Amino acid sequence: MLYREAGDFSTTYSQDSQTFPIRFDRWRYYAVLFVAIFVIPFMVNDYWVNSIFMPFLIYSIAAIGLNILVGYCGQVSLGTGGFMAVGAYACYKLMTAFPDVSMFIHVLLAGGITAGVGVLFGLPSLRIKGFYLAVATLAAQFFLVWLFNRVSWFYNYSASGQINAPERDTFGILITGPNTEAWATYLFCLIFTVFSAVVARNLTRGSVGREWMAIRDMDIAAEIIGVNPLRAKLTAFAVSSFFVGISGALFFAVYLGAVEVGEAFGITKSFLVLFMIIIGGLGSIFGSFAGAAFLVLLPVLLKVVGVDWFGWPTDIVAHLNLVIVGGLIVIFLIVEPHGLAQLWRLAKEKLRLWPFPH
Amino acid sequence: MPEQFLWTIEVFLNGLMAGVLYALVALGFVLIYKASGIFNFAQGVMALFAAMTLYGVMNGQVPFAHLINAVFGTEIHYFGWNLPAILSIVLTMVVMILLAWLVQRYIFRYLVGQEPIILFMATIGLAYFLEGVGDLMWGSDIKTLDVGLPQGINLWIDETTFNFFGYGFFIDNLDIVASIVAALLVAGLVIFAQYTKQGRAMRAVADDHQAALSVGVSLNFIWILVWSLAGFVALVAGIMWGAKSGVQFSLSLIALKALPVLMLGGFTSIPGAIVGGLIIGVGEKLFEFLIGAPYLGGATENWFAYMLALLFLVFRPQGLFGEKIIERV
Repeated sequence: MLYREAGDFSTTYSQDSQTFPIRFDRWRYYAVLFVAIFVIPFMVNDYWVNSIFMPFLIYSIAAIGLNILVGYCGQVSLGTGGFMAVGAYACYKLMTAFPDVSMFIHVLLAGGITAGVGVLFGLPSLRIKGFYLAVATLAAQFFLVWLFNRVSWFYNYSASGQINAPERDTFGILITGPNTEAWATYLFCLIFTVFSAVVARNLTRGSVGREWMAIRDMDIAAEIIGVNPLRAKLTAFAVSSFFVGISGALFFAVYLGAVEVGEAFGITKSFLVLFMIIIGGLGSIFGSFAGAAFLVLLPVLLKVVGVDWFGWPTDIVAHLNLVIVGGLIVIFLIVEPHGLAQLWRLAKEKLRLWPFPH
Repeated sequence: MPEQFLWTIEVFLNGLMAGVLYALVALGFVLIYKASGIFNFAQGVMALFAAMTLYGVMNGQVPFAHLINAVFGTEIHYFGWNLPAILSIVLTMVVMILLAWLVQRYIFRYLVGQEPIILFMATIGLAYFLEGVGDLMWGSDIKTLDVGLPQGINLWIDETTFNFFGYGFFIDNLDIVASIVAALLVAGLVIFAQYTKQGRAMRAVADDHQAALSVGVSLNFIWILVWSLAGFVALVAGIMWGAKSGVQFSLSLIALKALPVLMLGGFTSIPGAIVGGLIIGVGEKLFEFLIGAPYLGGATENWFAYMLALLFLVFRPQGLFGEKIIERV
C-alpha cells in the first residue's frame, strides 16, 4: 500500500527524471544511507569492519566497475585482478612520492591512471569481441601481474617484493597503516562506494549509458543509428577501469595494508568479481551490491557454521565453498540469468500491486 | 658450432614437447566447441579431476573420506587395494563418462540456445564446482601420479647429440611419450570423426543442429558422446601433466594456456589446435630463453602466449585454420 506511485505528482522535469520515482524507494534509500553513515560507524569493531563491511564496500566498487563493462556494454573482461593491481600500485607510488597530499586525491588519481591503462587494453575490443576479447583481457591480467612482480621500481626496490601502505591521514584522521580506527577506514571506503554508485547510476541513465547498452544489444544496429563504437567501447573501458582502480587502491591501502601482487590480484580475483556480477545481476547497480554482499558473506557464513559450529577442518569448508559458488553460478545462469537483481525487481513489482494483485 | 646456437635448438625441441601438451588440452576444447558451440572452460579442471580420480582409484582411496570423517567422526581413508594402471584408467574413464552424462543432463540441456558467453560462464561455474568436488573427494594434497611411463633424460638422444655436436641435448622421455600419445590420439580422433557412424553424426551436429536433428541424429546422445570424448582427452592430458609436474591445482590453469593456443589455431580446427600448441610452446620457450631471461627478468612464460594471441587476433581474428567469419564493427 505504501509502495505506489499514486499520489506522487512531479511538477518539474527534474522531479520527473529522478533516480527513484517511487517515494517509498526514496525514503528507503535515505534510510540506508543514514544507517550506513550515522549508525554503523558507532557500532562496529575491528572484526566486523575487516571481515564484512570493508570487503563488501570495496568489492562493490569493483563489481560496479566490471558491471559497467560486462553488464552494460557487453564486453567480457577477465582482467579485473590486473586492473585492481594497477590501482593498488599507482596508489602506492603516489602515497610514497607525495606524503602530504590527502588520501582522497591519491585514490582518485589511482583510479584515473587505471582508466588510462584500461583504455590501452580496451583497444583490441574494437576489432574483436566475445571470447576473443576475454582472452585479450586475460593477457592484461597476466602481463600486469608479471610487470608488478618483476619491475622493482613499482615496489620501490623493497627486498620482499611486497608493497606496504605507509601511514597516511585525511583531515588529521589516520586512514592507512596499522594504527587506524575501524570507523575511520569504514567511512573512508563508504564515501567512495556511495560516490561510485551515484556516478555509475547516473552515467548509465544518461546518453553514455544508452550508447553502451546499444553496443551491448546489437553493435551493428547501434553503429547505424549513430553510436560511435570506438567512443562507446573506450569510454566503457575507461569508466569501468576507473572504478576497478579505485577498488584496487582501497583494497591495498586501506583494507590489506600489505600486498603481494600474485596472491592478492591473481586470476582468481578476476573470477570472483565476475561471479559477483553474474550472481548479483548483469546490468544492474543494485545487482553489483547484492552480488558483492553475497560472495563476501557466503565464506564467512560457511566458516561460522562449518568450522565454529560443527568443528570441521577449514580446508573442507573452503572446498565446500567452491562447490557452492560453482553450483550457484550454474543454477543462476539456468534459472535466473539476471541474478539477484531480477528477484528484487520481481519483488518490487509484486509489492506495487499488493494487496490487490489483479 | 657455437654453444648459443645448440642451446637454442635444445630449447626449441623442449618447446615443441611442451607445445604437444598444450595441444592435448586444446584438443578437448575444440571437440566440444565444434559439436555444441560451448567453449568449455572446465577442460583444465576436468584434466585435474581425471588425474585425481585415477590416482584415487589406483591407490584405493575412499571417495569423500575427509568429509565423511569430519561429519561422522570416523577414521577411514583407504579400501586397502592397489589396482593396476590399465584397470584404473578404464574405471576412471567410466567416471568421466558418468560426469559427461551428468553435465549434459543437469546443466547444458537447460542452456540450449543461450548466448555463447552465457554458456562460457556456465562452464566457469562448472570448473569451480568440479574443482571443489575433486578436492572433497580425493583431498587437495599434491599427488605424484605414476602409471609406469618412462621418465627422466633420454640417454640415447643425449649420447647421439653429444657424439655429433659435442653437446648432449636434454630431452625428457616423458615428453617423447606424450608426443607419441598425442599423435596417436589425433589420428584416432580424425579416423573416428571421418569413418564411423557416430563420428559422422558428430560432424553433422557440428555443421547444423537442426538439420542433424531432422535426419534423425540424437543431439542429446551426441553431446554426451562429445563430453565423454573431451573427458577422455582430459584424462590423457591429466596423466601426462600429472606425471610431469604432480597432480595439483596448477593443472587446472593449463586450461587458460589453451585459450591462446586456440586463438592461434582457430576454435574449430583439430590440426589447428596441434599447430597452435606447438607455436605457443616453442614461442614461449624461445622468447624466455632469448629475450625474457636475459633482458626482462624472466618468467615471461606467464604472459607471452596471451600477448602473442592478442597480436595475432588483431591481424587474423579467425586463427590460422579457423572458419572465416566476416563481421565489421
